[in-house]
Amino acid sequence: MQTIIISSPLVSHRLSLALPVPRSPLINYHHGAPPSIRLSSHRFTNSLRLFSSAAAAAAASRDSEMATEDVQDPRIAKIAASIRVIPDFPKPGIMFQDITTLLLDTEAFKDTIALFVDRYKGKDISVVAGVEARGFIFGPPIALAIGAKFVPMRKPKKLPGKVISEEYSLEYGTDKIEMHVGAVEPGERAIIIDDLIATGGTLAAAIRLLERVGVKIVECACVIELPELKGKEKLGETPLFVLVSSA
Amino acid sequence: MADENEVKDPRIDGIKTKIRVVPDFPKKGIMFQDITTLLLDPKAFKDTIDLFVERYRDMNISVVAGIEARGFIFGPSIALAIGAKFVPLRKPKKLPGEIIFEEYELEYGSDRLEMHVEAVDSGDRALVVDDLIATGGTLSAAMNLLRRVGAEVVECACVIELPELKGRERLEGKPLYVLVEYR
Repeated sequence: MQTIIISSPLVSHRLSLALPVPRSPLINYHHGAPPSIRLSSHRFTNSLRLFSSAAAAAAASRDSEMATEDVQDPRIAKIAASIRVIPDFPKPGIMFQDITTLLLDTEAFKDTIALFVDRYKGKDISVVAGVEARGFIFGPPIALAIGAKFVPMRKPKKLPGKVISEEYSLEYGTDKIEMHVGAVEPGERAIIIDDLIATGGTLAAAIRLLERVGVKIVECACVIELPELKGKEKLGETPLFVLVSSA
Repeated sequence: MADENEVKDPRIDGIKTKIRVVPDFPKKGIMFQDITTLLLDPKAFKDTIDLFVERYRDMNISVVAGIEARGFIFGPSIALAIGAKFVPLRKPKKLPGEIIFEEYELEYGSDRLEMHVEAVDSGDRALVVDDLIATGGTLSAAMNLLRRVGAEVVECACVIELPELKGRERLEGKPLYVLVEYR
């Protein structure tokens, strides 16, 4: 895939610095639909990518669905701008996507929830599963607004009573995700929420866990995607919906 | 309490019956108050949030601070409904960037609660939210964090209180509002 990388100065992570955010529209072709504008907008990062249209068309079939069909929803830019990127956390080389600054912006947080609710309301979804811990911040407001139950998917030993668990790989070693037995029933339609998809390991484990008990996962929904980590590929048949793609 | 001397709000009983008590978790002798069953009932969950929102919407609260992790389940919905910011108070090493921390006692040893320094400042009126108050150690640490950056803690709000553990007394005179007591 051809890419053109434009560098801008690496800037400090401090919230109080307001530097101009370099932005360019990306022309993206979705499955033969009219071209849509995709804003890859992020604060304090050190690169931008512009995809050639041919490359974009090739990539379109692999792209997660962005929160746009035609012109980008005007709420997206503000949401993207409210996310703080912290370099070298939790370790050197990682650009951490910090959503806590989004939560401090009452309009941006409200819009974030509204975008998910607009998408999932009236679609007969009875389960919103949220991955500990940042999935607990976004999942319940969505569940409440669409009339679904909220099911927390937790690290080991946090849930009392009978649980089922699913193991998944980490960079070094493995971890487990757990859910209560009886929280969901076969045939229920679910969405899985987390703040961000990186490698997709956690979400893939959450999908497996729900599928084991006969639940249909309609979609995985995240605020942020890190597309270079190709997390979408781990989700198999399950579609992914994100608001902001941070390249 | 959510009923004081008046007739109890009819939604309270519905909420109470949805809370599952799991004996001997995480260890023998503890009757664990499991709110996950409440979250499985959309009406009861909505009633829970509504009761808090009705109380706080006119109190000029600018910050809802939620304690990881079950405070994250209740806090944000309240914050959204009353137009306040949501600030997560987290276990160590989870928050990136500049933080302050407050230590608190556990039965054996201690733990820490952390907050982003720039999230809250003087002039903010804060509500602290968790699913349950037991000894009050965590809530007290939360209040200290907020006070240290100059915020005013207006109240602590929990779904459940275990009154025998006297957590209320550790809140240094700040009011506590709960929906359900478990004795």
